Amino acid sequence: MVFLNFFISGISLGSIYAIIALGYTMVYGIAKMLNFAHGDVIMVGAYVCFYAVARYNLNPFLGVLIAMIVCTFLGMIVERLAYKPLRQAPSLAVLITAIGMSYFLQNTALLLWSSNPKVFPSIIGRGAFKLFDGRLSVSHITALTIIACIVIMIILSLFISKTKMGKAMRACSEDKGAAQLMGINVNATISLTFAIGSGLAAIAGALLCSAYPTLMPTTGALPGIKAFTAAVFGGIGSIPGAFLGGLMLGVIEIFAKAYISSQLSDAVVFAVLIIVLLVKPAGLLGKLTQEKV
Amino acid sequence: MSVLKVENINVYYGSIHAIKGISFEVNQGEIVTLIGANGAGKSTTLNTISGLLHPATGSIEFFDEVLAKVPPHKIVEKGLAQVPEGRRVFAQMTVQENLEMGAFIQNKQSEIDEDIARVYELFPRLKERMKQTAGTLSGGEQQMLAMGRALMSRPKLLMLDEPSMGLAPILVEQIFDIIADLHKRGATILLVEQNAQMALSIASRGYVMETGKIVTTGTGTELLASEAVRKAYLGG
Repeated sequence: MVFLNFFISGISLGSIYAIIALGYTMVYGIAKMLNFAHGDVIMVGAYVCFYAVARYNLNPFLGVLIAMIVCTFLGMIVERLAYKPLRQAPSLAVLITAIGMSYFLQNTALLLWSSNPKVFPSIIGRGAFKLFDGRLSVSHITALTIIACIVIMIILSLFISKTKMGKAMRACSEDKGAAQLMGINVNATISLTFAIGSGLAAIAGALLCSAYPTLMPTTGALPGIKAFTAAVFGGIGSIPGAFLGGLMLGVIEIFAKAYISSQLSDAVVFAVLIIVLLVKPAGLLGKLTQEKV
Repeated sequence: MSVLKVENINVYYGSIHAIKGISFEVNQGEIVTLIGANGAGKSTTLNTISGLLHPATGSIEFFDEVLAKVPPHKIVEKGLAQVPEGRRVFAQMTVQENLEMGAFIQNKQSEIDEDIARVYELFPRLKERMKQTAGTLSGGEQQMLAMGRALMSRPKLLMLDEPSMGLAPILVEQIFDIIADLHKRGATILLVEQNAQMALSIASRGYVMETGKIVTTGTGTELLASEAVRKAYLGG
């Protein structure tokens, strides 16, 4: 039963990683860049939600909605100002810009909200479901996180496979030139991708801080890196890959904390990543594609 | 009536002067072909018309409207479709989805369905494979898909870039039959080809390009008969 408890915690943490990893993987799939500022968008989302709920006493779900709107615009603005001018630049320049943007967001947060940690109020209270005569306890936030992740995955998969804009996103990720010849506005499609990824980051921020309530300007950095790892683990560019990679990473991390050492858990996570990449360089569900000349 | 009028355009790739002041036009109902060797600037010309590249000087007019500064996706909306060199179908999407992408600028679902039915009528092979991903098609089928996809936008001018490239001779003939058939149904076509013999045999008029310039022009029959063109492009 203890094992099951750990497993559920792992799935819950992994669900948060999966939601964040979606932002990395979709942006990579379409813009072919790693947006290292993505983790910090989570932090911004969490702060917006924090102020909406703790300061202005809004309904927590309204708070999440406001955070989503703010982050959606933030993602689009970051793309427009920092990445779009570098569309034709070497990928290294874009990467460095993304790292710079990450620090810019963290430092802006430091300026606006100071480095004092805030105690994030859980968006759904601290209650728990008791199962098997109380031997298995699943907190409401854990259940909500897992459900949110599944719902997001289903909606996103339907969007990508069934809608016109979703198909246009796939077309752009395969061949931007050909997509333009179809009349698809590639810049608008990239902007939409950032909007969706950043909106999801706000949800991830609220869920993350509900489970781990300390909120600081650096709160998004480590989960961001781990979610990026999850995206690579599952196969970057692949949406089911982000889902699988996120869940596995969460489970491995919790098990490593429980059964090996809580200090070494991150080392174990990255060791597993290295082993997976040695065996499957494209990640679990990724396809090895030859770069076209 | 002039559909497309290219006037004295110069195009650069960085410091390379790829197109050196060429002018030509395509009139309603014509098949016009640009022929020439590899590297003559034929694809560059098409990509400039499509808005993927920008001319440094000169003008491109489509139905008397200047296309300078119009982004590529807007040019498609104006009725100019290109079948790119190397087909460039969306390999991981199905045949049906590729055609839907071709209809991206269309909004009426009933019209899109009609157009898809018409493309399947024109290319029955594609109908058989509508649920397959485009990457699993043969080269000839991919060419058909790329052409069908371009037709989905209901273009007023269809530009084809090397449709015969990499295809077996029997397929090349089939593709050219289809182009001639589209022309008979009223399509206006700008055809870029290295296979000068085939291109000139179906073209109303042709332009011969050499290192970024147009060196000769004439009707398809005239160019086929021309001594210079014979020597340079038709193997004596």
